[in-house]
Amino acid sequence: MAYVHDAEKEALHQPHSFWSKYVWSQDHKVIAIQYSLIAIFAGIIALVLSAMMRMQIGFPGSLEFMDANTYYQAMTMHGMIMVIYLLTALFLGGFGNYMIPLMVGARDMVFPFVNMLSVWFYFLSVIILLASFFVPGGPTGAGWTLYPPQAITAGTPGMEWGIILMLVSLLVFIIAATMGGLNYVTTVIQARTYGMTLLRMPLTVWGIFMATILALLAFPALFVSGVMMLLDRTIGTSFFMPEMISMGQQTDYDGGSPILFQHLFWFFGHPEVYIVALPAFGMISDILSVHSRKKVFGYKMMVWAIVAIGVLSFIVWAHHMYVSGMNPYFGFFFATTTLIIAVPTAIKVYNWVLTLWKGDIHMTVPLLFAVAFIFTFLAGGLTGLFLGNVIVDIPLSDTYFVVAHFHMVMGVAPVLVVFGSIYHWFPKITGRMMNDKIGMWHFWITFLGTYAIYFPMHYLGILGMPRRYYDSTAYEFIPQSAHDLNAFITIAALIVGAAQVLFIYNMIHSAFKGKESGPNPWNAASLEWQTPQTPPVHGNWGEKLPVVHRWPYDYSVPGVKEDFVPQNVSEQELEANKVKL
Amino acid sequence: MSTVTGSSTGSSKESKGWQGVSDDWGGEIEAFRDVPWGKAMMWIFLLSDTFIFSCFLVSYMTVRMSTTVDWPLTSEVFALTVNGVHVPLLLIAIMTFILITSSGTMAMAVNYGYRRDKKKTFWLMLVTAILGASFVGMQAFEWSKLIEEGVRPWGNPMGAAQFGAAFFMITGFHGLHVSIGVIYLLVVAFKVKRGDYDDTGFEIVEITGLYWHFVDLVWVFIFAFFYLW
Repeated sequence: MAYVHDAEKEALHQPHSFWSKYVWSQDHKVIAIQYSLIAIFAGIIALVLSAMMRMQIGFPGSLEFMDANTYYQAMTMHGMIMVIYLLTALFLGGFGNYMIPLMVGARDMVFPFVNMLSVWFYFLSVIILLASFFVPGGPTGAGWTLYPPQAITAGTPGMEWGIILMLVSLLVFIIAATMGGLNYVTTVIQARTYGMTLLRMPLTVWGIFMATILALLAFPALFVSGVMMLLDRTIGTSFFMPEMISMGQQTDYDGGSPILFQHLFWFFGHPEVYIVALPAFGMISDILSVHSRKKVFGYKMMVWAIVAIGVLSFIVWAHHMYVSGMNPYFGFFFATTTLIIAVPTAIKVYNWVLTLWKGDIHMTVPLLFAVAFIFTFLAGGLTGLFLGNVIVDIPLSDTYFVVAHFHMVMGVAPVLVVFGSIYHWFPKITGRMMNDKIGMWHFWITFLGTYAIYFPMHYLGILGMPRRYYDSTAYEFIPQSAHDLNAFITIAALIVGAAQVLFIYNMIHSAFKGKESGPNPWNAASLEWQTPQTPPVHGNWGEKLPVVHRWPYDYSVPGVKEDFVPQNVSEQELEANKVKL
Repeated sequence: MSTVTGSSTGSSKESKGWQGVSDDWGGEIEAFRDVPWGKAMMWIFLLSDTFIFSCFLVSYMTVRMSTTVDWPLTSEVFALTVNGVHVPLLLIAIMTFILITSSGTMAMAVNYGYRRDKKKTFWLMLVTAILGASFVGMQAFEWSKLIEEGVRPWGNPMGAAQFGAAFFMITGFHGLHVSIGVIYLLVVAFKVKRGDYDDTGFEIVEITGLYWHFVDLVWVFIFAFFYLW
């Protein structure tokens, strides 16, 4: 079928065997769950790696196997897994796959087979990445930015095989993300249901949609830099490698440009921040609206802010390279564009707060996570204004201030959204509620704990404590108070890390033993809660596609029996249902 | 077209100009009226692929400008001597001509496809594929000639090492696209002939054509930036 109009005529291919239902499934919901489980699995590995690093920073020498090489390998893998294999895959492949067809009223993605290939390519890329733990020399320790020449020069851990596997894995991931991304974008543009206009889509879809466009246009730069570095490493081209002496030996490289890699990497790397952040923005807007029983404040402005942030994110990349050296006019340009991004972002933060303003706020676990996101994102965003200025960035660059900034803004903040969204949409996905009490514990430990971890890091950074140092005890300029603070941060990090067991347990336990939720436990108005079955079955909508009559934020409507009006309720039905005043 | 259900969903009659654009993007179901999913997806893919080739070409230009050794004189490197006559860029000129011709036959195939003339569509697609394959063949010849002359990805006797690196990488990546296109063309051509699209329509020929024209257009840029500069 090539058009929505055919969706009601053609019979669905119902999968029957176990394999076609759960393994080689072409159903967007199963694919979404496959994506999410692989991503969470990868994320747990990255979490363990971060705990190991924190042990070394807080209590140097406490882990016997942790030498400098292992430390850098753990750091590199932690960063890469968290940014690409967890957050990008979970937001686009996981939530994108699950939410887009349900929220726009489609039967499935437009090309389910390509969608299936996407998840298996993603799986392959994770396998290749994890294989690097088992090859001679171990995974690459080049730092997640993989800057050459250091990344492929002798002496860097994982230079033998780790870096090759890392680059191949990234290339495979990009192919997977492209196949998925084409599906998401085409589904949003061409396969919405009757009455579903672009400005009636929930902000979740808008965020994922824009993030996917960013992914389709930004990943090419990573693809190209990956291919070129792979050629440099394997057959000895000199794209990124200058003429240099390594370990007393003249290398075979000659005349390449290491700065070129940085430009390519950050042309991908900066939009990547918003690939992670925009879906989070969208999902948080929906959660706030549902749980405070209010329309999203300034819906159209929210949409335009998402679009504006997406466009601007392509012209700010060199603010990651102020210390690499560049023409001062470029520094001025990139600082200006960077600060301009604060405008649409601030619009969003104001609108979130105004959505809560005078709302009928239900203190549910998803709402708590959503509010926590606003706090965390605000704190991380404000330090971004510091770092966006060239003269403030240069002394703070490569200190813990930067670590604190990006962990708050694109680490913790999106992860809080992931948690909140799982608590919010879990009833739709499984038909069961997650346990509230465990959820509350999980929330408070995670929220307060992450502040305990990252807030002191700002102070460490202003003290001048450099990031990426394997052992900071040997330097006189780092005072004892910094070491004490590091020990405190490590303890907080271990507690937060361990607390995630609560979440995993809650998810697994609730999936089988949780309280039955019914189709719409939060009384939400958007389309995904109006499916005829919960959890939705193959084809999502039964015989007829739903018809949409309104936007997804009709909450606290006066005069109706419940306080909300679902998107697929028409004016006539609404009139009939109205309580006579 | 479809039933208008929402209160704010534009009017059912088609408007022209900016009003039409606004109606399309403000409307239900699809932003591009009557565009099949495959075609929309191909356009989006090509946009993404454009960024890949742009990055390749910009990277090539950057290394060409930043390398300290002189760049080889491309018109001499890519010259052929035929019957004692020294012609610069001869082979590339022929290759470019062939690829652009193949775009012409492809466009005709699309036309005949929509007229449901399966036989002509099949043959024109086959001709397009053959022209594409001969392009790849000539590229293989050019590669072997350069390799014989000592050009390697890591160095060459004529000048900057990045010349060979960029040449093999960019023409290789483009050649890969052409080769995939040839296979894609052959598959679609035979399916056209077999009658697979009799019920569903012949948009697939146009979608294949979009890809093919794109590969052709990319070659024009590679030709201009790599061979003529």
